[in-house]
Amino acid sequence: METLIVILVGILVSIGTYLILSKQLLRIVLGASIVSHAVNLLIMTSGGLKKGSAPLLGEKMAGFTDAIPQALILTAIVINFAVTALVLVLCYRAYQNFGTDDMEQLRGNENE
Amino acid sequence: MIPFYAFIFLPFIFAIIVPFLYKYLNRQVHTGWFVLLVPLSIFLYFLQYIPSVAAGETYMYTLPWIPTLEINLTSYLDGLGLMFGLLISGVGALVILYSIFYMSKEREALHNFYVYLLMFMGAMLGVVFSDHLLVFYGFWELTSVSSFLLISYWYERRSSRQGALKAMLITVFGGFAMLAGFIMLILMADTYSIRELIANLNLLQNHELFLPAMLCVLVGAFTKSAQFPFSIWLPDAMEAPTPVSSYLHSATMVKAGIYLVARMTPIFGGSSVWFWLVAGVGLITLLYGSLTALRQTDLKALLAYSTISQLGLIMCLLGVGSLAVYFGSGEEGTVFTVATFAALFHLFNHSTFKGSLFMVVGIIDHETGRRDIRFLGGLMHVMPVTFTIALVGGLSMAGLPPFNGFLSKEMFFGAVNEVAHAGIFGLSSLGVLFPIIAWVASIFTFVYCMIFIFKTFGGNFRPEKLTREVHEAPLGMLIPPLVLGLLVILIFFFPNLLGKAILIPALSAVLPMMDVAPYDLKISAWHGLNLELLMTVGVIGFGWLLFKTAKRWITSLRGFPKGFMLSHWFDRGIEETEKLSGSLTNRYMTGSLRHYLIYIFSFFVLLLLGSLLGLHGLHFDFSQDAPIGFFETGLAVAMILAALTVLLAGNRIVAIVALGAMGYMISMFFVIFRAPDLALTQMVVETVTTVLFLLCFYHLPKLKKNIERISFKLTNVIISLAMGVTVSLLALAANGHKLFEPITSFFENAYELAGAKNIVNAILVDFRGFDTMLEISVLTIAGLGVYLLVHQRAKRRESNETE
Repeated sequence: METLIVILVGILVSIGTYLILSKQLLRIVLGASIVSHAVNLLIMTSGGLKKGSAPLLGEKMAGFTDAIPQALILTAIVINFAVTALVLVLCYRAYQNFGTDDMEQLRGNENE
Repeated sequence: MIPFYAFIFLPFIFAIIVPFLYKYLNRQVHTGWFVLLVPLSIFLYFLQYIPSVAAGETYMYTLPWIPTLEINLTSYLDGLGLMFGLLISGVGALVILYSIFYMSKEREALHNFYVYLLMFMGAMLGVVFSDHLLVFYGFWELTSVSSFLLISYWYERRSSRQGALKAMLITVFGGFAMLAGFIMLILMADTYSIRELIANLNLLQNHELFLPAMLCVLVGAFTKSAQFPFSIWLPDAMEAPTPVSSYLHSATMVKAGIYLVARMTPIFGGSSVWFWLVAGVGLITLLYGSLTALRQTDLKALLAYSTISQLGLIMCLLGVGSLAVYFGSGEEGTVFTVATFAALFHLFNHSTFKGSLFMVVGIIDHETGRRDIRFLGGLMHVMPVTFTIALVGGLSMAGLPPFNGFLSKEMFFGAVNEVAHAGIFGLSSLGVLFPIIAWVASIFTFVYCMIFIFKTFGGNFRPEKLTREVHEAPLGMLIPPLVLGLLVILIFFFPNLLGKAILIPALSAVLPMMDVAPYDLKISAWHGLNLELLMTVGVIGFGWLLFKTAKRWITSLRGFPKGFMLSHWFDRGIEETEKLSGSLTNRYMTGSLRHYLIYIFSFFVLLLLGSLLGLHGLHFDFSQDAPIGFFETGLAVAMILAALTVLLAGNRIVAIVALGAMGYMISMFFVIFRAPDLALTQMVVETVTTVLFLLCFYHLPKLKKNIERISFKLTNVIISLAMGVTVSLLALAANGHKLFEPITSFFENAYELAGAKNIVNAILVDFRGFDTMLEISVLTIAGLGVYLLVHQRAKRRESNETE
């Protein structure tokens, strides 16, 4: 199971990287989102995917799944959300100001 | 001890006061009068050391600075230091007196001038008295910096700035090399003190760092003392005001390298590399400087090249003198000890006559407005006093009696004649070159001295070519060169006075292993018909002949192609280096985000995959893996399909929706992997993000719904595949290495410890609540950022309208 998820993560990272390397701003944001999904999955996997009950003490089961990666991912999701929101608005502003979302055209002026 | 340091630091302390004096008193009194007190008092203070130092005493003072690192302002006063101290303060006093009349009270920024000059004076005193290598280096660089400031004193002139920059680049390059050499010395002998280095010679001489240290130290000395090929900065430094040229670039700073070589002679002397480098480079510099001086039409440039050549002479003598270390005390060693004595003697003489000559040029410049010998002539009758001084200085430089230059030149000839008979270091074959080159260079020296004197003061007076009405300089301007000129003559008639009081103690400092007593006789032996005298006669004869025929050959000398000039190559080198670095930077700093990302990703892949393969970290262990379920496989396939949809979508909305679908599938994964809180959060966040994305584009009507399909780029494909493979391999390898049990079991006590049944939530708000707090701040900051980004635009519009 871990191997399967790791391969999935690899494929997602590849696709995300390819998107990040493209020249459209929106695609870069989408690529970053895909990579962050992949990373969340990777964190989950690194904790081990053994079947156990959800980490709720009310459950009367023999073992729980690892709670630490879950806490980490929860934090990561929220931060990722915040960053994505900010970047999206930045893209929106960049488009408004410069009238393009092509990274090759958004190189900045020569007199910097 | 206290008074000693008080006098060493007096220039620095006074430099702080100078701006105030200038601000409040400059209208009444020239600031220079106050500054004059500083070198004068230092000079008087050092005078009192002469009797005791001449009797062989030395003084050692220590002022703690960074005692824990053993860095202290250790000062060591011996004959050599005292001689330089007297030169620095004595010539300094004269130069400041001169500058009072040279620098206008009304037009010049005198406070800057005197602050820099005092800074230089203090730094120079620090250099010659420091026994601690690192402190020595500190003062050394301070002389470079203050010299830089002084050369660019008229900073609104382009040539001043360029000259200053060139001097800075070359001397600081040498300074760094010297520092490296010092550090090697410190490593070898495990001491910072020059005294102790000399005492621990046996530790050094067979060490493998001995040669590198010697080379580095020599580079420092050669750059500072303008030796070939580092001499190019000195002529350009002539853009400085003349008092500065006179002080720094003839009498003091350029002798710092000489001082360094003299100081290091007990350590490095006696080895053949040292001899060949010091004597050889000195000899080349002597010839090069004297030959190039002939080409010059600008008086200051002529004096600059003559300084280079004379410094080469002193350096050559020091090199020859280092043979004494090889031979040790005895008949053969004594002969070469005289060479060192001649070096010190000529060093002193050069300071006197070159200082006065620069002041003469300053007077000519000041009174006629010209410095070019093609416009000058016939000043003899208009400026008789100046002419007399120039005659004394010039003839002394040429090596004629009855001036002190004659004595030291005779000793120089004596020394190079001895070299041919030394019979070591391959001198038996090459040694004969020394007297020949020295003799030829002396002829050139004679010729340019004659040009200096007679093209300026002889010939016809042509007032129409001069920009000012010519008259004799004011008395105050004449006194300093007069004093120096008097010294030139006095030293000729009473050389032993100077010799006994100052030069012999300095000699015993340079060659501590030699017995000083036998030379008392040698110094007075300055007359008598011998080979050296014949050489001088030859110099005068040939020199006069060349001078008389100068018109015929000097134009061809001046027409030398640029390719023969070192300065030209230096400028070209700087230009080309700048071009090269510019084009290199432009090649990789393209401004394209994609390129930078490619660098980052490639580096990531190369480093991680490289270390993974190189360190044999690829071990897979699948035994701990959970069994693969049906749901997971299906979800994984669906996720890949959704990701491909995002990748290939030709419509923005499709891409966004596919991304949303991915998010929901992730939350499905969380459900399967027993993470209810994650699933919840992921679901909500994905919904909000998707809504945000959609909102964003709803409000962007100008943006087309359709986007061009993503283009296929092989580089991108390779890099993204490599990234995916790297991450997968790394994760697999990491999963195969479970080094220790996780600490999760501790958190399973959430109920006992925190009173919570939900472990994840207990971790978030109790065990590791700090993370959550900061995560909240991240969210807040992002929210504020979003608000500002949206709101600011409206504001700017408003302000545009009100304008």
